[in-house]
Amino acid sequence: MTNHVLAGTAQSQLKSRFWHKAARFSLYAILGIFALFYIMPLFVMVITSLKSLDEIHQGGLLSLPENITFEPWKVAWSSACAGVSCVGLKGYFLNSMVMVVPAVFISTLIGAINGYALMHWKFKGSEIIFALLLFGCFIPFQIVLLPMAILLGKIKLSGSFSGLIMVHAVYGIPFTTMFFRNYYMTIPTELVKAAKIDGAGFFRIFYSIFLPLSPPIIVVTIIWEFTNIWNDFLFGISFSEPGTQPITVALNNIVNSTTGVKEYNVDMAAAIIAALPTLLVYIVAGKYFIRGLSAGSVKG
Amino acid sequence: MNNTQQNETNEMADNKILVIKNLDKNFGSTQVLKNIDITIDEGDFLVLVGPSGCGKSTLLNCIAGLEEITSGEIIIDNLDMTSVAPKDRNIAMVFQSYALYPTMNVEKNITFGMKVRGESVQAQQAALKNVSDVLQIGDLLKRKPAQLSGGQRQRVAMGRALVRNPRLFLFDEPLSNLDAKLRVEMRAEIKKLHQKLQTSIVYVTHDQTEAMNLATKLAVMKGGVLQQLGAPQEIYDKPNSIFVAGFIGSPAMNLIKGVAFKNQDELFFRTQLNGETIQISIDHYESEQKIVEGQDITLGIRPEYITGMKPVDIEEKMIISVMLNPVLIETNGFDKHVNLEFGDGEIGGRFTPQEQIIYGQPVLTYMDFSNISLFDSQTEKRL
Repeated sequence: MTNHVLAGTAQSQLKSRFWHKAARFSLYAILGIFALFYIMPLFVMVITSLKSLDEIHQGGLLSLPENITFEPWKVAWSSACAGVSCVGLKGYFLNSMVMVVPAVFISTLIGAINGYALMHWKFKGSEIIFALLLFGCFIPFQIVLLPMAILLGKIKLSGSFSGLIMVHAVYGIPFTTMFFRNYYMTIPTELVKAAKIDGAGFFRIFYSIFLPLSPPIIVVTIIWEFTNIWNDFLFGISFSEPGTQPITVALNNIVNSTTGVKEYNVDMAAAIIAALPTLLVYIVAGKYFIRGLSAGSVKG
Repeated sequence: MNNTQQNETNEMADNKILVIKNLDKNFGSTQVLKNIDITIDEGDFLVLVGPSGCGKSTLLNCIAGLEEITSGEIIIDNLDMTSVAPKDRNIAMVFQSYALYPTMNVEKNITFGMKVRGESVQAQQAALKNVSDVLQIGDLLKRKPAQLSGGQRQRVAMGRALVRNPRLFLFDEPLSNLDAKLRVEMRAEIKKLHQKLQTSIVYVTHDQTEAMNLATKLAVMKGGVLQQLGAPQEIYDKPNSIFVAGFIGSPAMNLIKGVAFKNQDELFFRTQLNGETIQISIDHYESEQKIVEGQDITLGIRPEYITGMKPVDIEEKMIISVMLNPVLIETNGFDKHVNLEFGDGEIGGRFTPQEQIIYGQPVLTYMDFSNISLFDSQTEKRL
């Protein structure tokens, strides 16, 4: 009797273990399929960019390159044609850098100061200002195009790097402010009080106490802003001139202006080059990104 | 002897370290502090005590200048500081969360204020040395706050205040984040430090035991209003309202409702206990207000006057003995606190460990009415 019961339990244990394993297996299988699904386009891009045009026309989309060639990359970088000018992405890559770096820096700095002020130096109406700023996160790019164009014209910044930098920085401020404010919410206001009694002022407290606590959220903000501004196309095409066009605009022009045969390998290489910096930012700072997003309390 | 005493009084009279006059504080339309008047002398240890939300921390922030006041005056060390910035008030403050700067080590935490004020490195180091000797934190100087225990953080926070060498120290519930044992230790340390350095302190707590232990002057607050200001013993002996009577002292003062009653020019307190009338002479009571016959009054008697042994040297008519049923027995080791059934309610008494008290067995209880407080039941004020 007892034996039977015991055997029964063992059997049911075995059974449940089997189902547990089966569930695990299916889970990993599904995740694996999704991963494949997401990596597939990148895979196709990379192999296509390493093939010659002939090979592309002969072989299948997924077949590996037989003779690896870096020629398409060279062309994409320095001699691909966009319309009549055949100078590759090189110059536009630099344009994007010139635009992105200051825009990210400015929006991050202003966001940090805003977040700090709105959280720890509350004044009459500070909550309303924050709410209005948050509203800025939901304004689509298209809405501001026309007014922004007029404004840029009025302040004589149309088509210039400074104009683009300003547009991106301003557009980033709602997001950066929100990031920093929410992060600074976890820092006790008593720290500010203590520093005030110690004689420190608004900016002294900011850079001596708050900034040293901020690396995680700074990384999050930089990734967010860098990705957004680097990948932006609409502002780039609307507010630039031929000399100040960012890489996204150049990529579009290269891909769209083919004479005769479409050079898929060059297009793919160009697309990867255009995406590389954001990819790098994620790889380098990715773990801080997760850490920053989940950063809860500051242990004092 | 007489001479020195007089000198001392004179000196003290000249050194009102903190004067708060008619202070009001509103947050929007809610009044959080109402007409606060407090004066303390140099060397005083003022404790602001009250239940949470009574405005004690707000008052401390007002003294520090971290909150603007709506009206009134704050005078620190004979200077009008009402609208002066916190850093110029010559004060230092210790916070409940310690508020140590997380990215700076102990040394930098302590010298941050001096650095901000632009004092020389030599002066900073000298002050640091001095403070770390006093507080015995010399071997912690290179550690970050996160690497310190609660008690060590507490010490560092005090160090940061001490290094300022201010005229007035402000403490905002500095011990409430510590465990019970450490709290008692740090309490003693603060008290010793106060005696050693003869500093003036304003200290906020919700813990009435801590308040009683530390204060040379106690301010009991409720609902933004100062209820009573005085020496701890004075407040304990003569609470001026039912609220203060219930708040100060643990276990709390027993309050018994009854009426005033006159018999042949002698004033009595009369109450009902299990259908019987109890009458106690209150002729000896030094009332501040006239007690009239028929007035509803509440009699307050501390647990230490409700005992199991007949008090000696007390007039017979001041004592009544009754058999009361114990409903709660708490052993402290040095005594027992027993709640006894008393009419509809309970009263608490103190019994010696030797006395056998068992649930369900009525105890012969002596109530000594020689030391009581009387309150008007309507106004709840002391009579």
